[in-house]
Amino acid sequence: MDLVHVCMPPPDAERPWRLESYEGRGGYRVWRKVLAGELDAGQILETVKASGLRGRGGAGFPTGLKWSFMPGDCEQPTYLVCNSDESEPGTCHDRDILRYNPHVLIEGMALAAYAMGATVSYNYIRGEFLGEPVPRFLDALDEARAAGLIGRGLGAAGIDFELHPFVGAGAYICGEETGLLESLEGKPGKPRFKPPFPAQSGLYGRPTTVNNTQTLACVPAIVEKGAEWFKSLGPPNSAGTMIYSVSGHVERPGNYEAPLGVSFNELLEHAGGVWKGRKLKAVIPGGSSVPVLPAAIIRECTMDYDSLSEAGSALGTGAMIVMDDRTCMVSVLRRIARFYYAESCGQCTPCREGTGWLYRMLTRMLEGRAKVSDLDLLLSVANNIEGHTICALGDAAAWPVQSFLKHFRGEFEEKIRSSRPLARRKEAAYA
Amino acid sequence: MPDEGVRLTVNGRELEAAAGEMLIAVTDRAGIYVPRFCYHPKLSVAANCRMCLVDVAGAPKPMPACALPVTEGLEVETRSDRAIAAQRATMEFLLINHPLDCPVCDQGGECELQDLAMGFGRDISRFTEGKRAVPDPDLGPLVSTDMTRCIHCTRCIRFGEEVAGVQELGATGRSEHMEITTHVERSLKHELSGNVIDVCPVGALNNKPYRFTARAWEMSAHATVASHDCVGSALYAHVLRGRVRRIVPRENEAVNETWISDRDRFSCEGLYVEERLHKPLVRRDGRLMEVGWEEALAAAAAGLMRVAEEHGGEGLGTLVSPSATAEEGYLLRKLMSALGSANIEYRLRQRDFRSAATAADAPWLGTRFCEVESLDSLLLVGCDLRSEAPILAHRVRKAAMAGARVSYLDLAEREYLHPIGTRSVQPPRDWARALGPLAGRALKGRRRALWLGGLAVRHPAYGELLEAAAEAAAGAVLGHVTQGGNAAGLHLAGVIPGPADGNGAAGLNADRMSRVTLAGMVLMGVEPDLDCAAGAHEAIGGAGFLLALNPWVSPWLLSHADVLLPTATSLESSGTLVNGQMDWQSFAAAAPPPGMARPAWKVLRALADRLSLEGFGYADTDQVLAELRQRIERPAAASASTSHGASIDSRSLDDEEFATLELPMYSVDGLVRRSAPLQQAAAVQRAA
Repeated sequence: MDLVHVCMPPPDAERPWRLESYEGRGGYRVWRKVLAGELDAGQILETVKASGLRGRGGAGFPTGLKWSFMPGDCEQPTYLVCNSDESEPGTCHDRDILRYNPHVLIEGMALAAYAMGATVSYNYIRGEFLGEPVPRFLDALDEARAAGLIGRGLGAAGIDFELHPFVGAGAYICGEETGLLESLEGKPGKPRFKPPFPAQSGLYGRPTTVNNTQTLACVPAIVEKGAEWFKSLGPPNSAGTMIYSVSGHVERPGNYEAPLGVSFNELLEHAGGVWKGRKLKAVIPGGSSVPVLPAAIIRECTMDYDSLSEAGSALGTGAMIVMDDRTCMVSVLRRIARFYYAESCGQCTPCREGTGWLYRMLTRMLEGRAKVSDLDLLLSVANNIEGHTICALGDAAAWPVQSFLKHFRGEFEEKIRSSRPLARRKEAAYA
Repeated sequence: MPDEGVRLTVNGRELEAAAGEMLIAVTDRAGIYVPRFCYHPKLSVAANCRMCLVDVAGAPKPMPACALPVTEGLEVETRSDRAIAAQRATMEFLLINHPLDCPVCDQGGECELQDLAMGFGRDISRFTEGKRAVPDPDLGPLVSTDMTRCIHCTRCIRFGEEVAGVQELGATGRSEHMEITTHVERSLKHELSGNVIDVCPVGALNNKPYRFTARAWEMSAHATVASHDCVGSALYAHVLRGRVRRIVPRENEAVNETWISDRDRFSCEGLYVEERLHKPLVRRDGRLMEVGWEEALAAAAAGLMRVAEEHGGEGLGTLVSPSATAEEGYLLRKLMSALGSANIEYRLRQRDFRSAATAADAPWLGTRFCEVESLDSLLLVGCDLRSEAPILAHRVRKAAMAGARVSYLDLAEREYLHPIGTRSVQPPRDWARALGPLAGRALKGRRRALWLGGLAVRHPAYGELLEAAAEAAAGAVLGHVTQGGNAAGLHLAGVIPGPADGNGAAGLNADRMSRVTLAGMVLMGVEPDLDCAAGAHEAIGGAGFLLALNPWVSPWLLSHADVLLPTATSLESSGTLVNGQMDWQSFAAAAPPPGMARPAWKVLRALADRLSLEGFGYADTDQVLAELRQRIERPAAASASTSHGASIDSRSLDDEEFATLELPMYSVDGLVRRSAPLQQAAAVQRAA
């Protein structure tokens, strides 16, 4: 299967982030049709619904269905919020959309907002993106505004579409949609309990839809080329393409946009295979939160929602973390546990208290201060976090523990037995 | 039950509820207990402690009962294996970083975490890592902190945001480094901030002055009523070995809901101070000597008789604390009447009695406290409400947050923690003339009220102001935020100048008594240099014979009183206080008075006996109250009018007449003035 470009610009495009380049490859055609009054909101909504587009932020919720939760004909303001707070370890596709194809996002947001009857939208961009992605996006906004594509009373149809950028301060939890809304309102990014869902009470208590960057970047192509075309790109239940962020022990790590359903082996080939000629040990296929799969299982998988779910993992953000046969799985899990421990918002009990406990136990295992029976405790604590928290961060902290122990328990036991306590070594402090 | 009722099943029991109610409220009503920490019926839902997870049929994971709106056909198990497993899991997480220092924690024995750990905790911890330690911020003189014990339920934060109206406490940091603290270290200043002690489910926020004085289970709780403002908050006094150790709120939805002011909570710290009067004192050869009760009562009776014989009853004047009980006021009134004196007064700081209106019916708010919340508009005139009646200010805040237009006319900007309609800051001499036009703008809607507060009462031309207010109210409820804890009760008990039976000469009011020196003065709970209008103590101190019934000594009393009788505070005496919404609230003594001090009603009974007066043979305060209420129910023959003609025109007054309108929150009576923590809190507020 070849790489295709729906969200990313073609590799040969020159300065693809500029408006003229984007328009040169057919950009803003759909939005201009809307502005000319030739396309109504219902048509866009129906097309996106029919296309089978699913959220690319990790959960894979059907996008059209999510949009249809917005109350029709309701008092303004209602909001569209784009989630560019991409922080899932291993994931970097939104960053490249902002860097190389910001206009496709702007057009996608314009179409989405119009389809849902929202006149104001925000793009919440990850704080660490200040270097390149944020300036690129801001420049693109200026270009689009100057070209009459953003603003009030646009085109013959007199459409209102405002887009405000917002740069976060670098907290993973602000990528959770309700945590993001809290942060956007100027409060600490602590997720809200749902219900109410954002479509009922979101930003400033108004109906709001939060979509991932890549999800919205798919929208212009879907509306232009039709739902059937989009569907035909991937297998059933997995329409369209995905930008796979391939990282870890491969020769050419990077972003590869390919149709959903591409086989794992093929994708690994695109990334140059396992580095240094080593053997594949395991892969985390969708960002650090999803369960790990050992080589034997992932080799049989295609990279789409159903195949990975049947294999006991998930497509997640499509961020593939590849590990070679020299990788210590205890160290990997400890590093992942440290991330969730540091990024827990601290609001609800199981996650606040449990993530630190997991991290400390794993640290002890590496430092020769653990017993084999601690593995049962580790699993029990993970199970006690899972499903008991306000948002999914608790689950995200528990799933790696559960899956690492499921597939690599022997290695954990071996590590515990073989590690000798290091004299006077202090527990690695959380910095 | 509202129209949209739903039926649900909890543990196999069918229950009815209003659609959208949270499950935990429904189970609480049905007596099905679901464990919880962050849920509080008066605060918004946070759903962060995860202790109330229950098993909902059809849900993939356990759901928090505090955030689950009930729907038709909902099926819930609160004690199923899945629910219990989730609750036990949460309890383990709550305990791993909790210090488990219950033996040295004041919360021990009344701790929600300790109680639930009995039911849901493990016998032995599986946690072998190091525990978290958290630095303790200094929140000032009232609230102690042990933040290592905090379980991050955020009740205290939500209390500040939602009830107090100011975010004094917040959360900083994230993950297990989240801390509850003031963002910049400073003291809690809000007048209700002590309530965080009660909302905190663990020992993180505790009562600082009470720290380490008793264990919860050693004390007995005695229901009583607060006496410092017109709210009359319901309280429990916790007593150990005959002493009140602390005050906590008693729930009374009609009065104080579940809150009390810091003044009501911490004033008890003034009970057992050095100046507390333990023995009667009688002046001999210019020096006060400690004597027994017999001798003291004989000296008091002789002094009163001498004045009555030499000068007649008109030569005697009596001042009563506006927080004295109705029974005390009634008995003293009855005793002075028997001696022929009509000069009796509880309105100690009022200076202008010239308008007939000032002596009409007993002053009250004109409305029930709960109705305050549904006002459309309110105009406060000369009323520092947050300081005068903090709980009432909370009700007003609720009204304002619901859209009521609250305005004020005052001599300075007041910091109200809710939207203000019109702020009118005027020199007091202009109030009466500003009132009419202001009321026109401020009072809108169907339910309107105009309240006069302490600054208005202390205004040198109060009569003029009152008449202007009556006119400006124009159909709005004209209410009085009365001073002290029992203004209405004392008014009804006849503690106002004039003969008890309504015939004969008018008596002297507080203003007159502060201008003429009488041959004899009786003071009950009054320290004239601090409790009366400025300068009044000079005339009072000149009395030939001065009898004081007081729980404490003060330099002024020591240098002026001829007989000092030690009496009980309202915490140490049975009695009745009538609050601003005319509730007659009777209570028993919570603790015995220290030393030889006795409840004032008993002292008055004994004194009447020494004076050979008939009709004072009461066995208890219930009998006094019954007689008082019987007299009130008869159509009042007494027109207690003390009108002295037309009111004063405030424009004719000197500036200095207006100098003493303000009265700080923690200076209102003897008990409050002697509470060291409250005085420290006042100092912190002044410094800010």
